[in-house]
Amino acid sequence: MTRMVSITPDATVSLKHALRRSGFQLSVDVQIPATGITGLFGESGSGKTSLLRCIAGLEEDMSHDTRRPHERGIGYVFQEPQLFAHLDVRRNIEFGLRRSKVPKVDQQQVVEMLGLRDLLSRKPDGLSGGEAQRVAIAAVLLRSPQLVLMDEPLASLDQRRKDELLPYLDRLHDELSVPMIYVSHSIDEVSRLCDYLLLIDSGKIVASGELHEMLSRLDLPMLSGSNAGSVIDAKPWRYDRDFDLTRCNFSGGELIVPGRYDSVAGSVRLRIAAKDVSICLSRPDDTTILNVIAAEIDDLQSSGPSSVLVRLVSGTDYLLALVTRRSASRLDLKKGDQVFAQVKSVTVRR
Amino acid sequence: MNELTGMSIFAPLLLSVQLALVTTVVLILTGTPIAWWLSQTSSRFKPAAQAIVAMPIVLPPTVIGFYLLILLGPNGAIGSWWVQMTGSALTFSFSGLVIASCVYSLPFAVQPLQSAFESLPRQMLEFAWTQGASKLDAFFAVAVPMSFRGFIGAAVLAFAHTLGEFGVVLMVGGNIPGETRVISIAIYDQVETLNYGAAHQMSLLLLMFAFVVLFGMFVVNRRWSTR
Repeated sequence: MTRMVSITPDATVSLKHALRRSGFQLSVDVQIPATGITGLFGESGSGKTSLLRCIAGLEEDMSHDTRRPHERGIGYVFQEPQLFAHLDVRRNIEFGLRRSKVPKVDQQQVVEMLGLRDLLSRKPDGLSGGEAQRVAIAAVLLRSPQLVLMDEPLASLDQRRKDELLPYLDRLHDELSVPMIYVSHSIDEVSRLCDYLLLIDSGKIVASGELHEMLSRLDLPMLSGSNAGSVIDAKPWRYDRDFDLTRCNFSGGELIVPGRYDSVAGSVRLRIAAKDVSICLSRPDDTTILNVIAAEIDDLQSSGPSSVLVRLVSGTDYLLALVTRRSASRLDLKKGDQVFAQVKSVTVRR
Repeated sequence: MNELTGMSIFAPLLLSVQLALVTTVVLILTGTPIAWWLSQTSSRFKPAAQAIVAMPIVLPPTVIGFYLLILLGPNGAIGSWWVQMTGSALTFSFSGLVIASCVYSLPFAVQPLQSAFESLPRQMLEFAWTQGASKLDAFFAVAVPMSFRGFIGAAVLAFAHTLGEFGVVLMVGGNIPGETRVISIAIYDQVETLNYGAAHQMSLLLLMFAFVVLFGMFVVNRRWSTR
């Protein structure tokens, strides 16, 4: 029997699904790591939710797995949290726990991690959207699932609630070993939370790989234009109190980011959008831009009729720059050139 | 005479309440799976099933009573089997009245339940399944408690509708004191014999009873919805 989710010895999860609907066809056969968060990124209608529903057993696909959803041990966090209105928060999060044969997750830890201690005796209709989503996530985790599916858990929240919930998702990433698939159409969320990335288009996985590597590829239309950008893991080492800036080391040198980040917390993940990077042939001295990095042009790819996406290498990290075709031609940019990248804006993702 | 009137007021009312209670219990037990199936299925037989369930709303009680009389009679399909099993006839008996009332009040139990089940978010059930609940488990742990108002509505409507039935009872049950003489029949009887005083007493009693039951339902409903 082929299993929909099978943890193989080399620590990957194998996903194999096929679904045919009128006007839509899903056909997926891919392996993802058995740890960390895998982003499933694609436009609406690309089949993200259909794939999750197949994995959870909510859709009768053409695989041979006949197990019903309750037999699969796969947790599903819906876009709209589905709490049971007749039960208080405590009973909601214990619903799956009571039904799991091998509870492995510490209830107290999950309650603390998601900040639910003061909500336990509340009823779901008194919770904000963000709180309800945290309760739903706790309920799913307490079931000790083999795999957690998250279907755009932030999409129904406004920006303030999103910002409120994101740090909790960071903690899940750092503190839990259960593999997760995180569906999103926001490259920002994906680059913040994920370690591995699947790109889905028209029901097919068009590319998959480690996040940093995927983001540095120039041949993926889904990751070009405004979605293009790179992610660099850097280590904060010094906080400048006067200007409220933190200096961070990465493989190619130093990046300065606004705000205070402690070196004890480990590395920070920095996202640099390609449109925020410009290229100079010589080191600019009179610029307001803080971050100027020496780099080598690694590859170029036209991105639309008027722009060129340039991949730069600095140390072992990649940096993408979106420049106009005119500038690229005027500066005669080509592979192997030693240049300076001006980074206008760096976002600390976590 | 007064004592006799007192007896003859309360015996039919008691019988009516008894009939309505038994019918309600049977209808909740049988109507729930029917309503659940109707609310979840996309079968092509669904419209036909819905039509059959709704028919008692449209048909004159005499039509239902007539067919039930044939079906439940000693020569009918169900009636002859009943005679074989128990040795007594279904028609003109309390058991026969329960069967007839269940048919007659079926839509009043099924429809509130069905609409309550249909208003459950599909994803909530899916969430319950992925949280380890089998379909049956999710039904009892999630669908039933979340449809509490549907159950109250179904019970009250089935009860009230059974209490108020006349034509079907008359045709299937006749008018046997203590066995099939329910309050609506008793009132009709008193009016026929121009005994308006007794008719007044019974009618008023039924009127007040109906008001109290419905009032109680709406109070419970309101409490539930504002919780």
